[in-house]
Amino acid sequence: MSKLLYDTNDWTFDRLRIVEDAIRDIALKELRLDVYPNQIEIIGSDQMLDAYSSHGLPLMYNHWSFGKHFLHQAYSYRKGFSGLAYEIVINSSPCISYLMEENSMTMQTLVIAHAAYGHNHFFKNNYLFKQWTDAESILDYLSFAKKYIAKCEEKYGTEIVEQTLDACHAIMNYGVDKYKRPSKINKKREEEQQKAREEYVQQQANILWSTLPNKQEKTVVSKRERFPAEPQDNILYFLEKHSPSLKSWQREIVRIVRKISQYFYPQIQTKLMNEGWASFVHYYIMNRLWENGQISDGNYLEFIQSHSGVLTQLNYNNKYYNGFNPYALGFAIFTDIRRICTDPTDEDREFFPHLIGQDWLEVCLDAVQNYRDESFILQFLSPHVIRKWRLFEITNKEVDRHVTISGIQNDQGYNRIRRTLSNQYSMFSRLPDIQIVDANLKTTRRLELHYFPVNGIKLDKSKDSVLKHIEFLWGYEVSITNLGLALAGETLFYI
Amino acid sequence: MATIIDRRLNPRDKTIKNRQKFIERTRDQIKKSVKDSIDSGNIADIENGKIRVRVKGTSEPEFKTDPKTGNRRYVMPGNDQYVVNDTVDKPEDGGGQGGNQGGLGRSEDDFEFILNKEEYLDFIFDDLELPDLVKKQIKDVKKIKMKRAGYSNQGNPSQLDVVRSLKNSLGRRIGLARPKNEEIEQLEQELEQARAKKKKKLITELEERIAELKRRQVAVPWLDPFDVRYRNFVPHPEPITQAVMFCVLDVSGSMGQTEKDIAKRFFFLLYMFLHKKYEKIDIVFIRHHEVASEVEEEEFFKSRESGGTVVSEAIKLVKKIIDERYSVSDWNIYVAQGSDGDNYQSDYNNTLAAMRSLLPVVQYYAYLEIVSHFKVQWSILAPTELRKAYTSLEKSYSNINIQQATTVKDIWRAFKKLFSKEKEKATK
Repeated sequence: MSKLLYDTNDWTFDRLRIVEDAIRDIALKELRLDVYPNQIEIIGSDQMLDAYSSHGLPLMYNHWSFGKHFLHQAYSYRKGFSGLAYEIVINSSPCISYLMEENSMTMQTLVIAHAAYGHNHFFKNNYLFKQWTDAESILDYLSFAKKYIAKCEEKYGTEIVEQTLDACHAIMNYGVDKYKRPSKINKKREEEQQKAREEYVQQQANILWSTLPNKQEKTVVSKRERFPAEPQDNILYFLEKHSPSLKSWQREIVRIVRKISQYFYPQIQTKLMNEGWASFVHYYIMNRLWENGQISDGNYLEFIQSHSGVLTQLNYNNKYYNGFNPYALGFAIFTDIRRICTDPTDEDREFFPHLIGQDWLEVCLDAVQNYRDESFILQFLSPHVIRKWRLFEITNKEVDRHVTISGIQNDQGYNRIRRTLSNQYSMFSRLPDIQIVDANLKTTRRLELHYFPVNGIKLDKSKDSVLKHIEFLWGYEVSITNLGLALAGETLFYI
Repeated sequence: MATIIDRRLNPRDKTIKNRQKFIERTRDQIKKSVKDSIDSGNIADIENGKIRVRVKGTSEPEFKTDPKTGNRRYVMPGNDQYVVNDTVDKPEDGGGQGGNQGGLGRSEDDFEFILNKEEYLDFIFDDLELPDLVKKQIKDVKKIKMKRAGYSNQGNPSQLDVVRSLKNSLGRRIGLARPKNEEIEQLEQELEQARAKKKKKLITELEERIAELKRRQVAVPWLDPFDVRYRNFVPHPEPITQAVMFCVLDVSGSMGQTEKDIAKRFFFLLYMFLHKKYEKIDIVFIRHHEVASEVEEEEFFKSRESGGTVVSEAIKLVKKIIDERYSVSDWNIYVAQGSDGDNYQSDYNNTLAAMRSLLPVVQYYAYLEIVSHFKVQWSILAPTELRKAYTSLEKSYSNINIQQATTVKDIWRAFKKLFSKEKEKATK
């Protein structure tokens, strides 16, 4: 009797169930994955476009920019510039994966393995996700946010709500306390607290800004204390708590954007690992299914074709080169960990003495749990992968009319390349370092930001528009100072 | 075990609100774009429903680094030729190679997307209105809509009207004097007391009364199937207004390809417009020179005839077709005529007579006179024969309207004048 899970390549709900069973078997028993309960939802391609345009979240509040993204996606999809993702997966419990109805049965199998087991495992186990997100409550929170913002639009008019959201979105990346662990979010508590908070914050802001002259002030000439006492990198949080001009409902909107920004914080930092791990998982599972005779040779070939399509890395000189493909690089590194553990060369023994003879799966699971892109590359990018990918390092100085190749795939280059690439994935090199240093409460109410540039890199002109948005939220003048030292021609620091 | 859910039947256009918000935000620019697309003569694109629109001012700013500044180090894949210390000239625009400035080579502030047909037409016909739109009996019933129609004692559970059912139940219970529970409870209490006091006669009496009440309570149920009412729905034919549009085109020798092209665009606009307003629309193509004939669309725009012009023939044919096929009470009738205005002098009176019999039955008669470059150039702008005739009709008939066009660009203006809302107000 044939062991094939399916014999024709059209999916049906029964087949999905059978395949999911088989995948779960391998994922849990062989790969020892630990996942949230799975919820698999079938949607059409237009629904996929819908989901795409609002950060992939199913319950996002309404905003024109999502409409813009939708139009753009639809445009480039129809013109053939870009294909659609086969899946979207949401970091929630249960973990929701969207499958497109247009996918063939083989594709659905691949996607279930990739999203419902690969990503799902990553969400549940990676330390950043554990620290920053609460999978149990995100959907509830989004539904609260959506309702709240719709209510605000009704109550205060769409224009002002939109303006507030625009402003918040401009500084959405500055909504995270990088050094503090956030409290978990919970819909019910959120709704209960929202009102209390509204009143309290308004009260606080009023006290802070009460302009009644104080007798003591006249007699004691004290030096104005800096406020905030320490520079703040969570700009949204600062505005939410201390802006003199926001209405209480606007503070709540700032908070909503901040919370959603926080939800995405781990995803930005683990894109490469997350996609790499999910690809590694689907590759392993699909191969096992094929080896077991559960999928046919033809379907296996279809899988290989789409797998290699998704995991293509274009070279630097390709017309369509657009940086590293996180799927491909992540997959390459995970695959290489397995190779190093099971079949090491002398070079590997030198570079990764601690991996030799280890259980490869144990090492991979540990990496998933305890690393992010930056540290993952620094720890695991091997000379083997550097050579295979022919990675090279370029130094680009502002004063020069040319760029210099400063490292290639050879003995001298490995460490440089690893360090630079890791650096490329650090939060610092992704996001300009901007902090609130002073809010002059006593006189001008001017809010002062500092930008700490690295290696003389300046902000581009869009900063002016962003400042306008911050001014809208703050209500008074906002300025930004570049704290860079004069650029010495030769210096080039690693961050 | 995973839960598998079919979401395909969920509402599809989830982002429609976002889309509307975006379009609202860029309304003015889109409007201009749409107008440009008409002026440049790309009307034909409408049919494909793909109108590219470019708008500005939709950027979402954030703090970003300027790729042209600072010193950087970055890694790229696929080294095929370089060794350490090789140099490569920076591209002229000073680009940073490393960053991920993706996109499709459009500037960030320039956002291009496709309007769908509906949205596009909304923009085109935003401030236009069909004169005397309301009309007419319905002949073609296409849609059946379910409408509420009172209550029924049959139906499915989802349509159960609880309030109505309980009202019935209450009425029946009162009418049939169904004993209440409290009544029985009270008697039972009395019975209890009677038993305590051992009043035998009272006990039997009470027992009998209680038994009787209980019997009646069973006989008259609290809720009888008889009480249940369902909200009733009946199929209701949805009225669909219908229109017929006559396109009358002069194909005599004096009409060149340019003139016909202008006329064609005009007809097309009109067609789209009517299409938006009416669910069902018929089009009749009539072309004429000395004789008039009804033709297929293809033939209508293509072939060229020679010879002189007798307009009255065409008008008579329109009237004849109306009499034969389009009863005035059932159809909204529109006539659009494109001509260079030439007509035999001898036909003047015939034309007037034919128009006088036609105009009362049509909703609107739009006449577009295409003035050739030649005439403009030589300032031969004296009223044409046809215009003279129509102008004289304008006084007594409000449903005829005359416009002129020389180039494709004039069409939109002319079209707007023919159908603008203000015009309608003015005539009222």
